[in-house]
Amino acid sequence: MTAVSDMNTPRQTLNVGFRPDGLATRLRRRYFRTPANALISLLGMAALLYLAYHALDWAVLKAVWSSPDGTSAVCRDIAGACWAVIQQRWRIIIFGLFPYDEQWRSMLACVVMVVTIVLSCLPWFWKPLRLSILWCAGFIIFYVLMRGGLFGMRAVMPADWGGLTLTVFLYAAGVLIGMPMAIAMALLRRSEMPLVSRMTGALIDGVRSLPLVTILFTAALIFPFVLPDWLQGDKIWRVIIGFALFFAAYQAEIIRSGIQSIPVGQEEAAKALGLSYWQRTGRIMLPQAFRNALPPTINQLVITFKETSLIVIIGFFDILASGNAAYGTGEWSFAYFEVYIFVALVYFVFVFSLSRYGAYLERRMRFGQH
Amino acid sequence: MQMFRNRKTRSLAYQVAFLVILALVVFGAVHEASRKLAAQGMTSGFDFLYKSTGFRIGFSLVPFDPFESYLQMLWVGIANTIFLGILSIILANIVGLVIASFRISSNGVLNDIGTLYIETFRNVPLILQALFWYAALTHLPPTKQAYSLFDAIFLSARGMFVPSLNVGGQWFAAVALALLFGLSVLAWFSMSRRFRRVKNRGTLQFVMAGLTLAAMVGILAYAREPGSDIFSVPELRGLNFRGGITIPPELSALAIATAIYGGAYIAEVIRAGFQSVGKGQVEAARALGLSSWHVFSRVHLPLAIRAVLPTLINQYVWLFKATTLGIVVGFADFFSVISVSINQSGQTLELIAILMAGFLIMNNTLSFVLNRVNKAIALKGTQLRT
Repeated sequence: MTAVSDMNTPRQTLNVGFRPDGLATRLRRRYFRTPANALISLLGMAALLYLAYHALDWAVLKAVWSSPDGTSAVCRDIAGACWAVIQQRWRIIIFGLFPYDEQWRSMLACVVMVVTIVLSCLPWFWKPLRLSILWCAGFIIFYVLMRGGLFGMRAVMPADWGGLTLTVFLYAAGVLIGMPMAIAMALLRRSEMPLVSRMTGALIDGVRSLPLVTILFTAALIFPFVLPDWLQGDKIWRVIIGFALFFAAYQAEIIRSGIQSIPVGQEEAAKALGLSYWQRTGRIMLPQAFRNALPPTINQLVITFKETSLIVIIGFFDILASGNAAYGTGEWSFAYFEVYIFVALVYFVFVFSLSRYGAYLERRMRFGQH
Repeated sequence: MQMFRNRKTRSLAYQVAFLVILALVVFGAVHEASRKLAAQGMTSGFDFLYKSTGFRIGFSLVPFDPFESYLQMLWVGIANTIFLGILSIILANIVGLVIASFRISSNGVLNDIGTLYIETFRNVPLILQALFWYAALTHLPPTKQAYSLFDAIFLSARGMFVPSLNVGGQWFAAVALALLFGLSVLAWFSMSRRFRRVKNRGTLQFVMAGLTLAAMVGILAYAREPGSDIFSVPELRGLNFRGGITIPPELSALAIATAIYGGAYIAEVIRAGFQSVGKGQVEAARALGLSSWHVFSRVHLPLAIRAVLPTLINQYVWLFKATTLGIVVGFADFFSVISVSINQSGQTLELIAILMAGFLIMNNTLSFVLNRVNKAIALKGTQLRT
């Protein structure tokens, strides 16, 4: 008994000396360490407060929130924000040109996709089988809901899809198709056959040195020329393939760097055990590569979400284009500021939570068991 | 079948199969394309490049009018893209430096401002920011009620009007070249080991700077149109301004948006670079009694620059590609010029080939040049120990 307590006491006493500083001490150290520092702090705080006050005044205190008669007359003589434009036009921003009566479907589909994305962030789903079942299910439900034509739902062609739902769809489809492509490209580039690895390398580097806009544009315009008619499908699928290719080229390099950071001994040991190429790749290399490459992968996923907005250029009606349309009528043309802020907020919510999640994963890995 | 047990034979067979499939796909695509082109009665080839466009362009560095050829229009687009790209990189760098210095300063409020800036602007797509600035700039008051600064700079919905010198555009290019040449020689003097031991290095640099300045002034004095004022100041005549330089809102919107967005990314890269410099290096410099400025300028900064440069180069190349948004605001960059040409001439395949070749050449040149710079200043051997 005594021996146990003897072992325990030093630990407890050790902690006593390291009591963390109080809040006041930490604040003083951070903001008022020296007189010059305090002056800068005060000036900076004054500037921030000034900005915050004006922002609050404009966005909340003097703002008009709704327009009872549906016109922009309520916003004629105000000094604040005219949020009435959002109240009046939010449907077009979120759903685009989707038929009015069927917009619940677009809403539901969007929710399904977002839930799928959120669920795949949970570590429990990080098994190839679970992840693929989740994504296939989410995707099929989404597609059936949006496309309709089944279970008595009216068919809505992809050309009429729009708004936030289209953005989310494009993102999910691009990543879903792009990820296997990325894995294939990374493996092909690492291949020992010079011809295969050179060709894949040239493809990856070529795609990476072109702007995404040109890839999307090419996909939309070139595929109709070079593909036989039975292979073409809808324009949106051609653009999604282009988008997936772009994502895959970047992601392939990330995976390849993940593979290269695995100690050589791992693959050699696997070879020595007599595992086949596919066993080595699927069981040894790729799982470790994905773990190594997780932070840049999340980063790439964040960037990819922002880049979906480039689809406007090809003439799709995503949330950005529908935002333009929302204030584009003569009546609301003065309210561009409010509409852009609303659209920016929607993007911000998605992108910021994705990047926070990435930061959380990085912390988790640092403390990680491996 | 015994042959296939051999790894080399098998690998060769795979590669041949790969090549055959690739050739079949390419052949099929070409065949299909030529069949469709023939069905539409289109002629392929690059002859259309010499036809006149009949198209007007808002902003161009190279003179352009609607009677000129497609080829000329493509040059205009390339020049505009390069101009906007370089302008954006420079502006984003300035913004990035300022924000990075906020982020690494010892002051808490400055840190918070830097973080707030980065989290706000990095999480909203560039194209949205470009559209926002374009809308904001075109909603400025009309030219008659333009905001003015010292009666020389005017800001209106038609763009920004700033004074300029009464010289032709090509002379500006000459001045810029002279400046670039002078600066690179100066940089060479101060960087290269060959000049380390030259005695009057300071005087040499001084003379070089003087020569550069003299060359610039000389070119401007020579190029000035006789009988005109040195400065051309914009003046309101009727509904528009005359004289000076007009910076159209399309260009400003794109430049502002990329400066703000790219600046947030560059700031993070620079901050990471400063933080990657080993604590021991800085502490050792302090222990040697160097002043805090010397610690910064002789130890911290040079090491940080070398640490960030590869990442920064990627960032520059990426920013250059990201400026290809001219089409959403109506700025005639390379991509939007190609898009217009496709609509006008219908020569889709040829123009897309030009588009891809153009971007491949531009981006690879940019990264080649920057990588050479990186190689030239990288520390050799074991010097970069943390």
